[in-house]
Amino acid sequence: MFEDLTGRLGGIFDKLTRRGALKAGDVEDAMREVRVALLEADVALSVVKDFIADVTEEAIGEKVLASVTPGQMVIKIVHDHLVTMLGSEPAGINFTGVPPVAIMMVGLQGSGKTTTTAKLGARIEKRENKKVMMASLDVYRPAAQQQLLQLGEQTGLRTLEPVLGELPVAIAKRALKIAALEGLDVVLLDTAGRLHIDNELMTEVTQIKDAANPTETLLVADALTGQDAVTMARDFNDRIGVSGIVLTRVDGDARGGAALSMRAVTGRPIKLMGTGEKMDALEVFDAGRIASSILGQGDVVGLVEKAAEVIDQQEAEKIAAKMMKGKFTLEDMAEQFKQIRKMGDVKGLMGMIPGAAKMKDKIAAANIDDKTIARQEAIIRSMTMEERQKPKLLNGSRRRRIATGSGTSVQDVNRVLKQFKQMSQMMKKAGKMGKRGMMPGMPPGMMTPGGPPMR
Amino acid sequence: MTKDAAPDRKAGLLHGLARSSAKLTSGITGLFTKRKLDRDALDGLEELLITSDLGVATASQLTQSLAAQRLDKEATADEVKGFLADEIAAILTPVARPLVLDPAIKPYVVLVCGVNGSGKTTTIAKLANQWRRAGKSVMLAAGDTFRAAAIEQLQIWGARAGCTVIAGKTGDDAAGLVFDAIKRASEEHADILIVDTAGRLQNKQDLMAELEKIIRVMRKVDATAPHSSLLVMDATVGQNAHSQVEIFKEAVDVSGLIVTKLDGSARGGVVVALAEKFGLPVHAIGVGEGMNDMQPFDARAFSRALVGLKS
Repeated sequence: MFEDLTGRLGGIFDKLTRRGALKAGDVEDAMREVRVALLEADVALSVVKDFIADVTEEAIGEKVLASVTPGQMVIKIVHDHLVTMLGSEPAGINFTGVPPVAIMMVGLQGSGKTTTTAKLGARIEKRENKKVMMASLDVYRPAAQQQLLQLGEQTGLRTLEPVLGELPVAIAKRALKIAALEGLDVVLLDTAGRLHIDNELMTEVTQIKDAANPTETLLVADALTGQDAVTMARDFNDRIGVSGIVLTRVDGDARGGAALSMRAVTGRPIKLMGTGEKMDALEVFDAGRIASSILGQGDVVGLVEKAAEVIDQQEAEKIAAKMMKGKFTLEDMAEQFKQIRKMGDVKGLMGMIPGAAKMKDKIAAANIDDKTIARQEAIIRSMTMEERQKPKLLNGSRRRRIATGSGTSVQDVNRVLKQFKQMSQMMKKAGKMGKRGMMPGMPPGMMTPGGPPMR
Repeated sequence: MTKDAAPDRKAGLLHGLARSSAKLTSGITGLFTKRKLDRDALDGLEELLITSDLGVATASQLTQSLAAQRLDKEATADEVKGFLADEIAAILTPVARPLVLDPAIKPYVVLVCGVNGSGKTTTIAKLANQWRRAGKSVMLAAGDTFRAAAIEQLQIWGARAGCTVIAGKTGDDAAGLVFDAIKRASEEHADILIVDTAGRLQNKQDLMAELEKIIRVMRKVDATAPHSSLLVMDATVGQNAHSQVEIFKEAVDVSGLIVTKLDGSARGGVVVALAEKFGLPVHAIGVGEGMNDMQPFDARAFSRALVGLKS
């Protein structure tokens, strides 16, 4: 499985860091493994080769090998090179020109152009305070124009009314003309999906570009793409000139090697990434974050941001205070379950925790998933208030009642109680250890009850 | 597939894959006309297979197999190609199985699922068209109630293929719609019901649970449904295909694959690795946007076209 790229790189790097001194051969061995790991993450072969050559050259330099922690140095070099390759500077969208300026979306069929067009439009109106019009130039796929119209309704964006039989270049011209009349700032042109080897359609898209003279030509590409990403991106760039890349489906479980490949062969920045099905799920591409995730150092920034977004800070602090005093009740545990579930998919969260990828098996064995947490929450919710405060009241018949009430078994109830006991004990210890608890740097609400032990 | 496919399907497949294989072919030719099959040549070959998305493990296994038989022997480009094609065909032959409908089951329910943008709706149009041409009555259920205009898209295809489309509106409960569709299909004695579903990334647990719910609700009308669960997969997808098959299989017991967009420059090599790992049948391949642009998956033709040999 490929989700273990992170685990795999973690393993390679562990080996390196465990050794005190490093020889050039050790680094080369490690790099051979990094090569395979990157290939399995769908980074294009040509890009992998260059990458490995560069990193190896730098890593076997005397300064590194003679340093106190050569292993760490090598990891840092790999990380830095990844960030450089992905583009370290966040690149904004260019609106320079006499309004209305055109932004053109291009890409293969099914890469997510139409959805991205609407997301981008909503983002520009909200953040740039510019008036946007969207226009569908897709006269081929059934209901494609309809799709953009409906997304326009959903997002409240002005969308050009389709005219039956109108050709793409004419649509682009009409859109710009009407946008000028209506005093709009930006026109988003959603072109039809096309194969980069389809000469006819590639000619068409260059004609659209000539007619619209866009300030941005964004290549919309799927993060799930394999080795072909490199050919596709190069062809699009060579044929029509791409100004930036939007990576979609970043919320999938692909390692996103395509991002590296496309950035490397086109030299164009990855400007934005699609991170979900909702209309606001379009974010600025953050190279550092992606590099860290590839390297298995976890997406700590993302985790903390996400936690801050959904966790009720006051509630979390209240619980944390109780924990420290050893007054943690089942009621608090249920509240924590609720907070965790609000953050979304538990496995996804686990993936964001540094080092968690390496213990994937343990996580699977602990059987901690959304369903388990929901069930545990249901068990506590089936208890009376008094029982939640005083778990000692829970005798056999009460436990049976709770099991029936929550649609679980007495064993499940027992398990929750055991976990609760373990947690309260841990909390007491942590309270003694100091105010920050046992997971430094984590917001208090982030402690996972019943989860596997974190290292 | 039914037997009404074009008689020149092999020629068509070769045509569809011709561009795909151009790079691989020129690479292999370059490698083997100049020198004898040595370690360097084998490494180069392995890399070529990797760039076709076969994956590191499968590429290295194929190369080692070649090395065991041919190392240090004189080998012409065509010999190497032939050998490679045979190796690949041997892996693919067991999975090259058409989708056979059981005429005793009415309506025969086909569930179609996959990640976003893989080509589910277009594939449904192609399947419907093929079965309509074989004289079957086909109904479509517009189960993608999430994506904007997905329903309209299926309705247009339905009209072109001559099928009734059972549809609600965007935002409706997909399971409820599928329930109604199966009832109607059986009342109207349709031979086949094809159920479209919203695209979903396989790591979204809630969306996968929704897919499981569609099946549970479906079984309230027909306990044996769905009779086929097809996973539609984009040939441009890289190694993530493994995760897709694994997780969709767990959720809906996928019975077969349809690989789309093989008319592009992606070589679809991941199919070889999937065949080894999961052994799921590959029923058909998509090679274009038209209703007739679907072909049966032919292991030998596919393998030979992949390495650039004529059938």
